[in-house]
This record gives sequence, C-alpha cells and structure tokens, in this order.
Amino acid sequence: MMDQHRDYVLRTVEERGVRLVRLWFTDVLGTLKSFAISPAELENALEDGMTFDGSSIDGYSRVQEADVLAVPDPNTFEVLPWVDNKAAEARVICDVRNLDGSIFEGDPRQVLRRNLDAARAMGYEFLIAPDMEYFYFEPPVRGQIPVPLDEGGFFDLTTTDVASSLRKQTIRTLETMGIPVEYSFHEDAPSQQEIDLRHTDALSMADSVMTFRMIVKEIAAMNNVHATFMPKPLEGVQGSGMHLHLSLFSGDTNAFYSADDPNNLSPIAKSFMAGLLRHAAEITAVTNQTVNSYKRLVPGFEAPVHISWARNNRSGLIRVPIPKRGSISATRIEYRSPDPACNPYLAFSVILAAGMKGIREGYELEPEADANLFEMDDAALDKLGIRQLPQSLNDALKVMETSELVQEALGEHIFEWFLRNKRHEWREYKTQVTPFELNRYLKSL
Amino acid sequence: MATSDMIVVFPANPTPDLVRTLDLGGYRWKAVSGADEAGKCEPQAGWMGAIITCDEDPENAWAFARALRKRDNAVDSVIVLVSGTQLGDLELRDDLFDDFCLTPFHPRELEARLRHLFSSTESGLRPELVEHSGLILNLETYQATFNGHALDLTFMEYELLKFLAQNPGKVFTREMLLSRVWGYEYYGGARTVDVHVRRLRAKLGEEHANLIQTVRSVGYRFGQSRWGS
Repeated sequence: MMDQHRDYVLRTVEERGVRLVRLWFTDVLGTLKSFAISPAELENALEDGMTFDGSSIDGYSRVQEADVLAVPDPNTFEVLPWVDNKAAEARVICDVRNLDGSIFEGDPRQVLRRNLDAARAMGYEFLIAPDMEYFYFEPPVRGQIPVPLDEGGFFDLTTTDVASSLRKQTIRTLETMGIPVEYSFHEDAPSQQEIDLRHTDALSMADSVMTFRMIVKEIAAMNNVHATFMPKPLEGVQGSGMHLHLSLFSGDTNAFYSADDPNNLSPIAKSFMAGLLRHAAEITAVTNQTVNSYKRLVPGFEAPVHISWARNNRSGLIRVPIPKRGSISATRIEYRSPDPACNPYLAFSVILAAGMKGIREGYELEPEADANLFEMDDAALDKLGIRQLPQSLNDALKVMETSELVQEALGEHIFEWFLRNKRHEWREYKTQVTPFELNRYLKSL
Repeated sequence: MATSDMIVVFPANPTPDLVRTLDLGGYRWKAVSGADEAGKCEPQAGWMGAIITCDEDPENAWAFARALRKRDNAVDSVIVLVSGTQLGDLELRDDLFDDFCLTPFHPRELEARLRHLFSSTESGLRPELVEHSGLILNLETYQATFNGHALDLTFMEYELLKFLAQNPGKVFTREMLLSRVWGYEYYGGARTVDVHVRRLRAKLGEEHANLIQTVRSVGYRFGQSRWGS
C-alpha cells in the first residue's frame, strides 16, 4: 500500500508538471514551517526523508544533535490550487524523525500520533470538527488599532462584498484541497468570519487546521487584506475561538451515544466530559497559549469562563449540542475554550488525554450547570465550588507545571520547552506599560 | 485507439512450437492464408497485432506484412519470424515490423518479445480510460480530469473514485468499499469511507457533489447525477 502511495505521488508530480514540492511541518508553537525540494529529490525524500537543521525551529533545539529528518506522509500530498498551473507546486506534510529513524520527541505531529495510538489501543478513534473564527483587517500598521474591512469607511458599500467574496474564494480553495466545509458565515464582530469544518479523524484534522490557517491568510494576502487568528484583536467585541466538536467512535459505533440517557450521552461520554472538566485548567495553557488568549476568556462575549457543562448554554466550557433527531453519529460534545492560535496537534493531544483519563478512571460527571451560574459573582461561585478557567497565561502555566497528565501527553521535551518559552513570553508582557495604565493613572496619580 | 485482443498469424499452418507458445501465453489468435482472409475475419475492433513467419514463403510473408500496414486500420504491433539467412531481408523493411525473432526461436524468447510488444501497445498507445459524466480517469497515469480541468486527488481518493466510476449505477455498502478499495489492513472503520466521499464531493465542487450519491442507510452509488452530462 505504501509503495503504491509513493508511486502515485511520484507519478502525479510528473504528470502535473509539479516544479516544486513543499515539505510542511509544524514547530512547537504551532507555526507552519516549510522548505522546498525539487521533484527530482522527492523519490529519495519519500524513501529516506530529507535532513534539515532543526536548531532554528522553535522547540526543536537540542543540545547534542541539531539535524533531523523530514519524512513526507504521502497521504497528505496535494497540489496547491492557488499556484499558477504552468509551474505547479505541491505540498506534503512531514513527520519529523531523528537521523536514525526513531521518533523525534520535539515534533508535535508525533505527539498527536502517540496519543491517538493510546486511545486506539483502548478501542477508540478520536473525531474532531472545529469551528474556525478569524478576522479580516486592512493591512496592519504597527502600533495602530486594526481596522476591520466592514468599517473601513473608504469602501463602505463594497467592503462587505470583499469579505464575503474572500470567504467564498477561501472555501473553494479549502475544498479543492480536500477540506470539506460544513457552514460558513459572518460572525457577530465586525469583519469576523466563521468557517466550520466537517469532522474527520484528529490527525487529519490537525493537518487541516494548519492548512486552513495557511489558506485563509494566503487568499487574504493575495487581495491585500490581512487575516488574523489572534484570539482577541479588538476590545469590546467578541474574540475568535476554535470550538471543537468531539466524539469517540468504537468501530462504526458512536461511543458517546446512548439511547437510554435523557441527553443521549453514554457513560463513556460522561466520563470523557468529567475528565475534560477535571483537567481543564491544566490543559488551558496549551489550548490557549498566548497572553492575548486570556482577554477572550472573559464574561459577556460567549466565551467560557467557568469550568462547567450545559446543554445549550454558550457560556459553558462544554456544551452538549442537541443533534438532529435520530442522528446517532452526530452525538458529540463541544469544547469551547480553545482558540485558533493554538498548536492543533498539541491541543488535540491534551484534550484527548484529559478525556481518556476520565474514561480509564471512571470519573463521575458533575450535574449540569444552572443557567443562573453565568450571572453569579465569583464569591457566590466559590461557595458552590465552581472553578474558573485560568485568568491569565501566568495562571495557566502555574497549573500546567504541576500536571502529570500534560507532561505525559506532551512528552518531557515539549513540556519543558513549552513552559520555558511561555514563561519568557509572560515575563516580557509583565514589563510592558499599557495604554490602559497610562490613561488611568498618569493624570490622576 | 482501442483494439480487440485477437492476433492474426501468417501463414495458415503455424508450427507446433508457435501454436504452443501462443496458447501457453494465453493469447487469442487466428491463422490466415493471406491479406484477404485477414480482412474478412478481422474482429470489429481490429487486430491487436500480427505474427508473420517469413522463413517458408518470404515473398508472400512480406507482401502480407505490407498489406497490413497499408490498410486504413493499420495493424500496429507486428513481429516477424525470420531465419538466420534472411536477416538481410530486414533491411529497408523497417516500416513493416515492430520486432523480429530468429527461427528456430526459443519459446521463452518469443514469449518475452510478445509480452513486451503487446504491453507497450496497451500502455503506450491506448491508455485505459474510465469516462463518466465529464469525469475522465486515466488508469495509466493516475490522472483525473473533470469537465476538462485537472482534478487533484490523493491516492485513496483516486482509488475510491476509480472503483466507483468503474461500477456506475451500482450501490456499494461502506463495508464493501472499505474492503475493496482499502483492503484489510485498514482499521479506521466505515466512517473512513464517508470522510473520503465528502472530500471527493468537495473536490468535484458543490454542483457536482451529487455524482456520488448517498443511498440512505445502504451506502453510495456513482452516477445518475441530475447535473451530469
């Protein structure tokens, strides 16, 4: 099968006149990295991988040995639809390995593979469908508040058309690259878009999220527009989340479904939810990895703040959507805290690890949150024993640091590098004097 | 140009060695006494090739070869069997044959030459195409086009589409598709099929997504699209 795959890729390169093959992989922070090879090198690359210097990649650095191998996964070979047909280019996503072929512990894709294998060993396949939110802005000017297209003024009448035509072009490109779209619409905030992807297995979905971010930015840039996945780019309007619809399948059966439960949730689903809720604080630094992420997780903007679940309340951390009547396979849970600036490989890994721990240890699911919860103040919540998600990157890192679960899910190499890198980010942020402080204190103090 | 799988053999009384080689190789053949007879009993789709033994009656043999090439529907793959003393006859007749073999021939040599001659005919001159509703799959080059535009597919998407397009109008369950297209080693379950069908539909484009139809609670069927040409 693998040989046929390889032949297929090589043949396609030849027949389509592909001039350049881009090898894609992801650094620990979730940035897409790429280097290009010529078609002549591809056969060798598919066979033995391509050596590159990993020391310049965030999170890949090691003391002794800097060189690593990019090993293309022929499953992910796609001709890039936005490149001129006469000089076609293709991409293939790579696993990163050590020179001796062993697994390289700094590669996020390997981390997800390992966590998926562990779930598979227990008989479960992890499926994900993300709702991707992002903003379109005019090309940014350093230090200036970003200008949404809808409010640009300059093109008042036509800018909505620009955004919707960009979105359409983006969706067409996504679909050409084998990423099916479920819904898309203009979100609440000015110039904010949402594109919901169809569910697939978690590894393909992590690859798709990387491809998605690339395509959205690329198509926007070609039209002189800036697309951003920054979690909270504008004050006072809602930020961009990446709500994840999750389910586990056991063979062809949805393991989250039960006909006996009033919410159609199986004991497996409940334990998984309990696992996610109990370990939510520990995994938040990974699902929400920037200083800015925590400006989204505040009350009043449909973003979760409390660690709770509810059937149809969009402020809960886990929402249980009511599937269309009779649709067993659509039974799922929605985890609402992650934002689209995360590393999808790592985020999916820690989410799965938390849920699986709930299943392995048979955690009990707490009762559904009362709707009033979202109006209560902190003191009242404390009394009820309802915890909040970490309030800042600093808080999140403190909880993560003590988490065996996250350490195990990420592996020691990434766990430590991530903490080091993010502590540094926090320290840098802490030394900033913000406009808020100047406005509030400069005159009065 | 598509042809039949029938080989024409000259002269009408082939040697037992030749008969055995052809039969063991699984070839379908017909021995004829001349160009007229070759014309009369030619299959509708044309001869796949010709084997002409020259050592007994060289004059008529070369005339036969020339006749095959001169026809409107020229025979593409011609092998001539010549004795060592006739090698000189090959000169200036390059246009009349594609390969030759010395008599008495070694059966394994002739077998190898035939296989080479006819396999290159199959792959080089008439690529196998699957065509349906504007979709063309070239089985030789793995390339797909849809309404004249290249359709870029991954290997499994290609394999699935090929299988469906080769069996238009037939309904397959997910399990059947999984075992026929993916084989046994795959553990992803039947949802794998759904995921790939969705990707294929996405790549075909919204207005043609119906080319692969969902047959409720059974599986999938290719073709009978309302929009198909």
